[in-house]
Amino acid sequence: MIRLDKVSRSFTVGDQEVAALRGIDLDIAAGDYVSIMGPSGSGKSTLLNLIGLLDRPSSGTYRLDGGNVTDLTDEQQARVRSEKVGFVFQAFHLVPRLTAAMNIELPLILAGIPAAERKTRVAQLLENYGLTDRADHRPDQLSGGQRQRVAIARATSMHPAVLLADEPTGNLDQTTGKEVLNLLEQLVAQHVTLIVVTHDPAIGGRAMRQLHMVDGKITNEHL
Amino acid sequence: MKLIDILLFASGSLRGSRTRTLLMMLAMSIGVAAVVVLTGLGEGARRYVINQFSSLGTNLLIVFPGRTETAGIGPGMLLGQIPRELTLDDAQALLRSRAIRRIAPLTVGASQISQGALNREVAVLGSTADLLEVRHMSMGQGQFLLAGDVYSSESVCVLGAKIKRELFGQQHAIGAWVRLGDRRFRVIGVLAAQGESMGFNTDEIVIVPVVSAHMLFNTSGLFRILIEAKSRDAIERAKQDAEQILSQRHGGERDVTVITQDAVLATFDRILRALTLAVAGIAAISLAVAGILIMNVMLIAVSQRVKEIGLLKALGAPANQIRNLFFAEAILLSGIGSVAGLVLGEIGTRVIAQIYPSLPVSAPWWAVLAAFGTALGTGILFSVWPARRAARLDPVMALARS
Repeated sequence: MIRLDKVSRSFTVGDQEVAALRGIDLDIAAGDYVSIMGPSGSGKSTLLNLIGLLDRPSSGTYRLDGGNVTDLTDEQQARVRSEKVGFVFQAFHLVPRLTAAMNIELPLILAGIPAAERKTRVAQLLENYGLTDRADHRPDQLSGGQRQRVAIARATSMHPAVLLADEPTGNLDQTTGKEVLNLLEQLVAQHVTLIVVTHDPAIGGRAMRQLHMVDGKITNEHL
Repeated sequence: MKLIDILLFASGSLRGSRTRTLLMMLAMSIGVAAVVVLTGLGEGARRYVINQFSSLGTNLLIVFPGRTETAGIGPGMLLGQIPRELTLDDAQALLRSRAIRRIAPLTVGASQISQGALNREVAVLGSTADLLEVRHMSMGQGQFLLAGDVYSSESVCVLGAKIKRELFGQQHAIGAWVRLGDRRFRVIGVLAAQGESMGFNTDEIVIVPVVSAHMLFNTSGLFRILIEAKSRDAIERAKQDAEQILSQRHGGERDVTVITQDAVLATFDRILRALTLAVAGIAAISLAVAGILIMNVMLIAVSQRVKEIGLLKALGAPANQIRNLFFAEAILLSGIGSVAGLVLGEIGTRVIAQIYPSLPVSAPWWAVLAAFGTALGTGILFSVWPARRAARLDPVMALARS
């Protein structure tokens, strides 16, 4: 599903080159549940952004779903993101002026799916995530757990093959965090590849594959 | 992304910041309204002048004694010469020209008019039967001066509507006698009320046969000769003929001035058109200002919505889609703003038309179109930069910002 070959990513800060990723080799199969752990600044978010095609490697190759996606144009990247990748963020990133239903609908709108089909899909997602009675609420009228549920529903609305979660429980209390994690893990059962970035070993420890990163390198892996 | 969804999304984000949106639309609509109202006024002034001129008569030429020199003071004036009088014979001679349909000699004076115990000062016009046609006047009651002998000095008069009202009130005036100066005149007609045109109010005049007027004022000269040419094409020939005939009769001296209504009209038309354009140009500046306002506010909107833009990108929106979204916002803003401006301008024009009923204020279609186009154009033009800026945002950076 995901194959990284000697992938490096460096940023220019002032006049210095800072390497965020150094020669990462990684192979993730479809339906894998992977957690990436490490201290802040270890490059785990950069790796996630690369996998999610929000960024490009400085060197190395990246193959997603069999195709080489290393050198795609912005346009092509956007299309792959739309079709294959879903994001869940620590800060939820819901559009504040839109209702829960409209937030979930957003990727479908962007992909140009007809209104009638959008409506049924959104209704289904609202039901799946227990949000039907919250459909017309705006994010500021929702609890943290509900917000993250909206975000997950949104991330899965295009039936992505890969779901990327960056500290998905970071802004939630323990109980709601667990709930949210359960929801994400249910998706793995539906053969979605789930990659969770976290610094919390209790959360990372639940994954089938646990990657540890230090200084832009994967140091060890627990299976 | 479908067009309808783009528009819905854009209008959603406009509604999201209501005050900003309303203020921008206000700026845009004031600009458009200014163009509409100001060009409407300019056009109104132009049409007013044209109407006034054409109400004087069609294919009209005016002859007056003396030669007006465009170069200022003519040689005659320095020598203290008084221009030769135009006489009734001169006027009649003009009918020899085949380009001239009718003529109406004019003598003007002021006199006291009295009827019973009522009297007032009045402008007296001495003319002939053809004046009615030449000058496009119409009768209210009775008849105009009789055609036939232009040299007759019959003691009959035609009253202006207001004079009749003041002297007779609701009473019947036809057949009654009034005193003008030291002569008595029988009223044979009353003009229909027409109001003022070109500073001359036909409601407040009394018309008598031209010879009677000469006798009344003890003159023999004419104030003007009005000529109606056979057709529009004949105007120039009528002018040449009139000048030639009169100079022949005046011993070869070209001592009259013939002006054509068309020439005067064309000059006014040009001047007022230029004025309208200038005013429209000034108003268009406010549109440009509104455009810059839109740019400014769109730039703020982009920086305020960095996170949202980052999110849209993460959800699979390519750069051009983001750009289209911001474009759509600008188009909606300036579009709704300009429509509001057109409505506002229309209301403004109506209000002005109410206040000055004689001024035919209405914005010409080209100005309305230009205002709308400019508004939409500036709105789109000035959103290019903000939209590009939004489209180029790096999603990783945009999402990381908190």
